[in-house]
Amino acid sequence: MEAKQYIGEGWKHAILIIGAIVVMLPFYMMVSMSLKSQQEIQSISGGLIGAQETQTFPVCVKTGYSEETCTMKPYQYNYWFAFEKAPIPRYLMNGVIVTLSIFIIQVLVALPCAYALAKLRFYGREFVFSMVLFCLLIPVHGIALPLYVMLAQAGLVDTYSALILPWTISVFGIFLMRQFFMTVPDELIDAARMDGMGEYAIVWKVMLPTAIPALLAFAIFSVVAHWNDYFWPRMVITGNRDLFTPPLGIREFRGGIDSDEFGPMMASIVTVTVPLIVAFIIAQKRFIEGITLTGMK
Amino acid sequence: MGTISLKNISKSFGYTQVLNNLNVDIKDGEFLTLVGPSGCGKSTLLRIIAGLEQQTSGDVLIDNKNVNRVRASERDLAMVFQSYALYPHLTVRRNLETPLRLRDYNAFERLPLIGNFSPSKKEKTESINQLVNKTSETLKISELLDRKPGQLSGGQRQRVALGRAMVREPVAFLMDEPLSNLDAALRVHMRSELSELHNSLKTTFVYVTHDQAEALTMSSRMAVMIDGNLLQLDTPQEVYDNPSSLSVAQFVGSPKINIFKGTADSSGTVSFLNVNLKRKSSESNTDLHIGIRPEHLEITNESNENTFSGTVAYRENLGSDIFFHVNIEDGSNKIIVRGLPQFTHQILNGSNVNIKRVSDKALLFNQAGMRVQFTNA
Repeated sequence: MEAKQYIGEGWKHAILIIGAIVVMLPFYMMVSMSLKSQQEIQSISGGLIGAQETQTFPVCVKTGYSEETCTMKPYQYNYWFAFEKAPIPRYLMNGVIVTLSIFIIQVLVALPCAYALAKLRFYGREFVFSMVLFCLLIPVHGIALPLYVMLAQAGLVDTYSALILPWTISVFGIFLMRQFFMTVPDELIDAARMDGMGEYAIVWKVMLPTAIPALLAFAIFSVVAHWNDYFWPRMVITGNRDLFTPPLGIREFRGGIDSDEFGPMMASIVTVTVPLIVAFIIAQKRFIEGITLTGMK
Repeated sequence: MGTISLKNISKSFGYTQVLNNLNVDIKDGEFLTLVGPSGCGKSTLLRIIAGLEQQTSGDVLIDNKNVNRVRASERDLAMVFQSYALYPHLTVRRNLETPLRLRDYNAFERLPLIGNFSPSKKEKTESINQLVNKTSETLKISELLDRKPGQLSGGQRQRVALGRAMVREPVAFLMDEPLSNLDAALRVHMRSELSELHNSLKTTFVYVTHDQAEALTMSSRMAVMIDGNLLQLDTPQEVYDNPSSLSVAQFVGSPKINIFKGTADSSGTVSFLNVNLKRKSSESNTDLHIGIRPEHLEITNESNENTFSGTVAYRENLGSDIFFHVNIEDGSNKIIVRGLPQFTHQILNGSNVNIKRVSDKALLFNQAGMRVQFTNA
């Protein structure tokens, strides 16, 4: 390669690196703050992990623990106190229950719909599909209040159902899968029909396995959106802490007697974020495949 | 048994009529080819037989039973598709098993895990395995059973697709241009294999193709379809020698038949260019189309009232034959003449040649394109 080409490549990399830093910096701050003591955080000192001096933490003592229990290194304290103060495993479990239920039901609804819209000929198909596209344009926040009222009338506020039901029909999922199914050759479906499969069997035994990459892409969109959702759980979970999802749980660390103690708060955020990041890294390769396959830009 | 009868089949998509009142009787064990240019409705007809498409009117009878309201899966037909349509996520073995599992297992036995508790499942699995093994041996794909379709070559996929159709031992096979995705050499090879397969299975084959060579080589009878109409249904030799209309004559045969403008005088005597056929047509005092196949014209040194001359525009050497594309002198026609290499190798592009017709080998068509017979020998 000639020097000129190196420079050209260099520019590209420089820009990409700057972009990466902008994206990564908050994560760096989060991890760093979850390891340091309150003084180090407030004085912005100590680098990535701080001095890690064993000390006694006043907020801990104020909460009612003995001085002995409250004496430890900052990183131990931050994570210990985060779990001590809020039932984080419970929140994580709620998060898993809610996001998985939403995703599974979304798939159960979206796949047959997408199949019908992509491959079956029936009167009004184009109209139904245009309605799906139309629904994509409706912002969630616009219909939040009527939804809430309906759930309240049904007596479902403060239940898992309230967290799950409104999201079970994903027009985005229907649209995404329909676009993917359009690329599946008709002959494959005809072959399955000749072999004796019914339409539902075709959806689950032929279309689903061929659509795994697209489905994985949809899974990530869906799980990330509902795992991180703060707005809706905040509306429908009014009192019952046992139903808190991770983002609601993090809010526990704001306000109150300990005002803003950032160490444990960041520790809890790390705990809540890590499962998603791990899942994304595992699925990353196939996720990107899925995106290119469906032609989404 | 595997007879299929189509009675007055019509099909239209919206306002477009794609099939026009077709009647076909397919005999048991026959290799029937539906052949025609693309868009003539032959695939639609096959899909109607299969039950994948519903005819607008008319009846489909399989073994003399009306199957208009019978679903595709219950017609006991098997279909081979142009793109093979193998399940991409299943191994070859599972691809072959799928139609059998769907036919033999009941709904409970098809359930994952708990289905295995059914007492009769083991026996059925055994027989499915046997059938799969038998079929894969016949088609020589035994060593491919554990691969996925993506790891197979085109020819191998073709065999697996055939195998998936064969395992069920259906009353008839329907094939929708199964060879058109293969390369030329393999296609010719598969033609003979398909013919052998048909001979050994003795099952009805209905074969759709746009390639008239496939139709001529493989079928016991061929049905020529153009624009949704069935123009002729006969043995390949009969269709080639005695086409019922100008379109059939032009479609069947490669290179294409030569068409000359000719006339029949008041006595019915036919002539074209300067050549008098010295035979009479049943229609007199009219313009006619005269069709002569390239192998019924020969290049000659003679020059008399039986020959006409032209310039060689292009010389197509196939080794066994040389085809000469000749511009006729009056500029009205471009025709193709077959020559044998041993006599004609010295004729080059641009040469002037005299062309003679082999007597008795002309076909007459009237202005509407219908066949006209000679009245005398």
